[in-house]
Amino acid sequence: MKLTEVEVKDLKKKALHIRMITIEMIGKLGVGHIGGSLSIVDTLVVLYYKVMKIDAKNPKWEGRDQFVLSKGHAGPALYSVLADLGYFPYEWINTLNKPDTNLPSHCDRLKTPGVDMTAGSLGQGLSAAVGMALAAKIYKKDNYVYAIIGDGESQEGQIWEAAMFASHNKLNNLIAFTDYNKMQIDGYIKEVNNLEPLADKWRAFNWHVIEVDGHNVEQIYDAVMEGKSQIEKPTMIILHTIKGKGAYFAEGKVTSHNMSMSAEEWQRAVEMLRKESESI
Amino acid sequence: MNNLKLEPTYDEKELRDVYGQLLFELASKDKRVVVLNADLARSDATLKFKELFPDRFIDVGVAEANMMGIAAGLANVGLIPITHTFTPFSTRRAFDQITISIAYADLPVKLMGADPGVTAELNGGTHMSFEDAGIMRTLPNFVIVEPADAIQFKSLFEQIIYHPKPVYTRMYRRRKERFFDEDIQFEIGKIATLKDGSDITIVCSGLMVGQSMIATRMLEERGISVRLLNMHTLKPIDKETIIKAARETGRIVVAENHSIINGWGSAVAEVLAENCPVPMKRIGVQDHFGEVGTTDFLLKKYHMTAQDIYEKAMDLLNIRD
Repeated sequence: MKLTEVEVKDLKKKALHIRMITIEMIGKLGVGHIGGSLSIVDTLVVLYYKVMKIDAKNPKWEGRDQFVLSKGHAGPALYSVLADLGYFPYEWINTLNKPDTNLPSHCDRLKTPGVDMTAGSLGQGLSAAVGMALAAKIYKKDNYVYAIIGDGESQEGQIWEAAMFASHNKLNNLIAFTDYNKMQIDGYIKEVNNLEPLADKWRAFNWHVIEVDGHNVEQIYDAVMEGKSQIEKPTMIILHTIKGKGAYFAEGKVTSHNMSMSAEEWQRAVEMLRKESESI
Repeated sequence: MNNLKLEPTYDEKELRDVYGQLLFELASKDKRVVVLNADLARSDATLKFKELFPDRFIDVGVAEANMMGIAAGLANVGLIPITHTFTPFSTRRAFDQITISIAYADLPVKLMGADPGVTAELNGGTHMSFEDAGIMRTLPNFVIVEPADAIQFKSLFEQIIYHPKPVYTRMYRRRKERFFDEDIQFEIGKIATLKDGSDITIVCSGLMVGQSMIATRMLEERGISVRLLNMHTLKPIDKETIIKAARETGRIVVAENHSIINGWGSAVAEVLAENCPVPMKRIGVQDHFGEVGTTDFLLKKYHMTAQDIYEKAMDLLNIRD
């Protein structure tokens, strides 16, 4: 099943909308993990608005598909989606990282309705996602588990422990993504500690591997459908992305991992996205 | 419990055999129970579980960090995962995973750590953790339990499994000591008074229950009235019973199969310092690493025998032999 033209257009507009919320959320605070949040927005939009079985009114619904944001610092992007879907009052987006907030910088299952797993210490979320997928297998449930890991995060050994285990146990109900924006805090991945050949690594770990443009909703959707058709293997979708995508002051900048921004900057960025959305 | 004989004896079975049976019975009636192991199932008796419940037995291989993460994921969807490996790999090896994916996420995973302290014996210093309970004690949400023998293990087992919080259990898998009568019940978080007394208190846990029972008898033979407390739960700590013992006996010796830093002695000292400071002494590992050796050899070498407890008690009582 392919997306229709209308669906593609709607998803593109939704992705722009989510980017606007994310930039506003971080912008109002003046500092945050904007780079790695914006690079995963298109994938979140495909998952949450087109793919996943979920119920925003019943976040703990047992039959739901589950999502683990292993690169927990991208929480603001996920919060934007959850706010838009009505998991919690929309006004919460003004509370990011404020005292007593339910929207902390890194994802917390105890605080935010709709967040399925706590993450933030890199390398750990994929193992939890593996456990959740394994539980579905043991109890013969038909739900899927999705996870996004970071490219820098893939330097953690635990990622590869989880990778080995998932394929050994034939977790074809696990579809993971690598947000391959090619940057980490200290610089370019290839200069700090190169991951290449990344796709070959996942293939060598016996995963079904698909590489896509991580800002192309059609490609992401098709890859997920291909992943769901796997009979034995878990799927790794490598998202070629741009860090800070959509915020002109952050886009493609290594410094966008956790950056400060002025009101003028974020407001202008939101305005630019609004115009882009109107032109679609 | 005043009729306790204070005389350690031995069972025919090792604790792991009793544990294997308990697991089997539990898993038979509760389909949520899932056993995880990190390539040690042959040594901790969970391999039998694999034959009986292959779908609910997960061997992650030599990958403890991943095991903790998977267990967190299983608990996150309502299952009861029980992880198994040696004490050092059950704690320090995967400490950040335990901290974030289990404790911080508040997921009730049950961690079984085998061969605490000197009972790692011939595996030696690399496998002999004296810090495991101490580091776990610093984690919010965690409960830490050390059943001393099979009777205590049986009594605490379902309390551990169905506890709403994550629990770390020090498991004496190869030991056969028998300290308690079959019908005794224990409660997580509540110190067991093994013997009442008024001159001095001995607080003990795990392997040191045996040494402390013998020391108690030695002291009683000298006409000293000993209160013997078994602090099988390191956390949450039973402050009330400790404070009461300090008020009523005025002196406390703590005996633990663990570093004296940040373990049972430290925990008791914290309670005393803030509530009822009394003279105390700590028997345990004096800030050094372990080495190969039998339990008896290491207890002697590290000054953790009944005689050592007796002498520390006599010091506190200002009695010279």
